[in-house]
Amino acid sequence: MTNSNFPPSDIYIIGVGMTPAGEHWEKSLRELALEAIIQARQEAGEITPGALYVANMLAPVLSRQSHLGALLADFAGMRGIEAVTLEAAGASGGMALRHAVMAIASGLVQSVLVVGVEKFSERVSAEIEAALSTSGDADFEAIHGVTQTALAAMLMRRYQFEYAVPEGAFAGFSVNAHANGAGNPRAMFQRPIKPETYQRAAMLSEPLNMFDAAPLADGAAALMLASGDAIPADSSYPKIRIAGSSAAVDAVALHDRRDPLYFSAVQDSTAEALSQAGLNRDQISLFELHDRYTIYSALALEAAGFAERGQGWKLGQDGNITRKGSLPITTFGGSKARGDTGGANGVYQAAEAVLQLQGRAGEAQVENARFAMIQALGGTGATAVTHILSGSETP
Amino acid sequence: MEVSSHWRVRQQRYALVGEVCPSCEVKIFPPRDVCPECGDEAKTHFQFSGRGEVYSYTTLFDAPQGHEAQLPYTLALVKLEEGPLVTAQLTDVNGTKLEVGMPVEMVTRKLRSDGDRGMLVYGYKFRPRLQAA
Repeated sequence: MTNSNFPPSDIYIIGVGMTPAGEHWEKSLRELALEAIIQARQEAGEITPGALYVANMLAPVLSRQSHLGALLADFAGMRGIEAVTLEAAGASGGMALRHAVMAIASGLVQSVLVVGVEKFSERVSAEIEAALSTSGDADFEAIHGVTQTALAAMLMRRYQFEYAVPEGAFAGFSVNAHANGAGNPRAMFQRPIKPETYQRAAMLSEPLNMFDAAPLADGAAALMLASGDAIPADSSYPKIRIAGSSAAVDAVALHDRRDPLYFSAVQDSTAEALSQAGLNRDQISLFELHDRYTIYSALALEAAGFAERGQGWKLGQDGNITRKGSLPITTFGGSKARGDTGGANGVYQAAEAVLQLQGRAGEAQVENARFAMIQALGGTGATAVTHILSGSETP
Repeated sequence: MEVSSHWRVRQQRYALVGEVCPSCEVKIFPPRDVCPECGDEAKTHFQFSGRGEVYSYTTLFDAPQGHEAQLPYTLALVKLEEGPLVTAQLTDVNGTKLEVGMPVEMVTRKLRSDGDRGMLVYGYKFRPRLQAA
């Protein structure tokens, strides 16, 4: 948890870039990252970043490539700058953004380039599952053959047991994500699905079906951040202010949690980010949450305080989470339809929120978007990183 | 080969040895030396009974590398009688109707094998609790 004088009020996102999410057989990790970096730097204009923070989860395992800071800085023509990888499983992207904010707030660096990149398609399924399970507890979870999907399935079953929710209770999250993905040219899946499609879907790990889980995707997203005084006075870019930034952790293993159905790291980081921004929940225009599994959407909405315990699934069913609802979520399709880009997810969330706040979201646009909350989770919610972005340049 | 990493946790894998906090008496598994409830040092060994009930479960049809040969298999979070939750496979459940709350007990079984010449890793699984006839 951070103290409440943080962040200072003049740290901005001044450029974003995203590759399409999908199976990029033809592109390497470094080429994907470069594509996003070039876009973000072009948007940012003349500013040269003082540091590069790379968000990545599994390159050392899947691509046999560590040391991405130096690799990508060099590949993008930035030899000489400071560069490092931030890893917090699926929350790596949020964590890299968080560290960029801290670096700029410290005054030691005036601008930071953040790039999130993940390359899943190098490996076959069993190898990817084994790699993903490293985000849990190796000695007491992974050794038993645990997968991330199995953990989510067990949470879903327990949720159904405790709250006696009806069949298909989580369908709304999947239907909404796919409806929103249809408005995102970078999404892996750009077709809406019908509720019946969800009901008919094959089981992955009961009670969790194929449409409860996000597809893994290659992809890269990038952000340029700078302090207010580093931005040229004549810049016309509609800059987006970081209004809140907070990270918190819980036990890595589900079995070590006091209450597995409550994402306490989500509660902690959400409350802190809102407090920094001086906002109430009803002032949040949209919420880019972590939707790797539909059950996580429900649990995140509950722990973040947008729903009572056991009621989060109802927000998915009653239309509140659509782009025209009271709390739009996963407005570009989220992990479910855009594609789950692992350590890059948090950076995609930020870039997508920036487009919403600038009115550049195209078909995905949420009307009158003023404050966007974005939240990256690692593992089964063991790490939560929450940011609030503001379209207003002053607090 | 990861011989030492498995050898280090042999007491946990074969006998469910955890810890009890000398200050607040909470029972801890897996062991962690610092009590998650009160923050005091908790290194006193405690052997769990191995009895518990199913908190949740699911069956897998896709496995991580090293576990493919066991497919399909059922995983559970087991709530031990003494308090902690444990992640483990359920075994001897063919034909059993599984449900949350089902009583189970610990048995020692093969957890994974690394190919024909690889190491065999043994440890705890849970089976439906056997009743005296």
